Amino acid sequence: MAKKTIKIRAKLKGDKTTVKCLMTHPMETGLRKDKKTGKLIPAHFISEVVAEAGGKNVLTSNWSGGVSKNPYLSFAFTGAAKGDEVKISWTDNQGGSDSASAKIK
Amino acid sequence: MTTNIKRRVFLKGSLAAGTAGVAASAGLLAPQAVVAAWNEKAFKAKSMDDALNAALGATSTDASDKIKIKAPDIAENGAVVPVSISADMSGVESIALLAANNNTPLVATFNMGAGGVPDVSTRIKMANTGDVIAVVKAGGKLHSARKSVKVTIGGCGG
Amino acid sequence: MTRLALVVVLVLITSIVLADKRATDSTPAEDLRLYRDFFSKRFPGIPLNEFGNGTYTIDSVSRDSWKAIEAFPPYTPMIEAGETLWNTVFANGNTYVNCFHEGPGQRKNFPYWDSKRKMVVTLPLAINECRTANGEKPLSYQKGAIANLLAYMSYASRGQKIDIEIPDKDALAAYNEGKSFYFARRGQLNFSCAHCHMESAGMHMRTDTLSPALGHATGWPVYRSKWGELGTLHRRFSGCNEQVRAKPFKAQSKEYRNLEYFLSHMSNGMEYDGPSARR
Repeated sequence: MAKKTIKIRAKLKGDKTTVKCLMTHPMETGLRKDKKTGKLIPAHFISEVVAEAGGKNVLTSNWSGGVSKNPYLSFAFTGAAKGDEVKISWTDNQGGSDSASAKIK
Repeated sequence: MTTNIKRRVFLKGSLAAGTAGVAASAGLLAPQAVVAAWNEKAFKAKSMDDALNAALGATSTDASDKIKIKAPDIAENGAVVPVSISADMSGVESIALLAANNNTPLVATFNMGAGGVPDVSTRIKMANTGDVIAVVKAGGKLHSARKSVKVTIGGCGG
Repeated sequence: MTRLALVVVLVLITSIVLADKRATDSTPAEDLRLYRDFFSKRFPGIPLNEFGNGTYTIDSVSRDSWKAIEAFPPYTPMIEAGETLWNTVFANGNTYVNCFHEGPGQRKNFPYWDSKRKMVVTLPLAINECRTANGEKPLSYQKGAIANLLAYMSYASRGQKIDIEIPDKDALAAYNEGKSFYFARRGQLNFSCAHCHMESAGMHMRTDTLSPALGHATGWPVYRSKWGELGTLHRRFSGCNEQVRAKPFKAQSKEYRNLEYFLSHMSNGMEYDGPSARR
């Protein structure tokens, strides 16, 4: 998970900012078996996503491994302006993390 | 044909945004603290009731037509089921998304922050045919809606 | 009308299967006409380019999910990874541009018939020939780096028209081999490609709607939900062969290159629209 695991698109329409993001992550539930070895693949999933706009928390989302591989998330909030920065951070159950920012268009 | 044009236009935009966004990547969150906040009991619960109890402290919810769930009638692939939830009500604090017949039903929780609008979308895994359930907490009360999604075994996906 | 078309195709299929030589009975132009007629009669009113959307052309329930996925497609990061690869300088100081002078957006030039070497050259093959000519290791053909590179190149080529030429007798022979492959029964299930994707297109295989063959070559590489990653056209060919319990050929083998040549010709006039998402 070294780099570029988050893609963000943030758009303002009226007073509502809609943020869409795509994350690169295996999202292993821990229930799947490795086809070759027959052993369970350890759980490895994003457990928390935090979104900030203009330094304020706008969403905290917690997940299980039930969110699809390479997860997609879209959410909305009010109170931001064009050009404001939206920051998305994720952390996974194995202590991995990443974050990225994008300007609201 | 309209579909094609749309996704082409969209993608051009998203690539540009992506490149800009990547510049500011730094893991500022302390992973330990965050993992501690994850509601293990709720996410590992095997039944709907246990999950709701652990996540929201109650199992009874009022069915509400103010909550809209958008999900396919038939999942084309249970590994990727697009789900959107929106609620036409004020004072929404959180939304919980559950797949009733999954091994662990609670899939995600969305806690609204400053200016949060109850309008979220994601893509989830569904192991079996069953209801997708949204529980919305607003003004301290729990409201819910459900939508049935059929999960099938494909002929060429198998 | 559909029944009539079916009869026509059945005759075509049986004639080819019964006597392989008769694959040469119709010209590529006649094949194209027959093929188009078949699909426009089976699925009336659908514009040609829509067929590039595979099963989503005809299955409205799946189409909704697919549109939701294409709204922020899972292959987005792979296009960018491919761009990075494209811009990575080889050890000898060259880049892909030294081989692909027109830049990344030249999907329209592939596959083509190389008259000198008497073989079909596909884009992945050309990528690896470029690499080895510049002292780099070839990439594996099914997924990973090559799929990312193809995603970037295909994305840069979206909207380019497919225009496969069959310039000489040898090219025609390769085309006919691809065509025979397409209509030949194989595997324990004894199915040909055409059984599922022409004769039974639009019908159900368990709960999947079988996609029409028309446009099968347009949208690659593909991010399949089943794979959870990008894969190449030849990866899908081998998957299909395995599903009828036949031994698959190697990606970029002569068999699959000729098949791609035939299939691409059948999509002439349609647009390249890769990468795309599939179930």
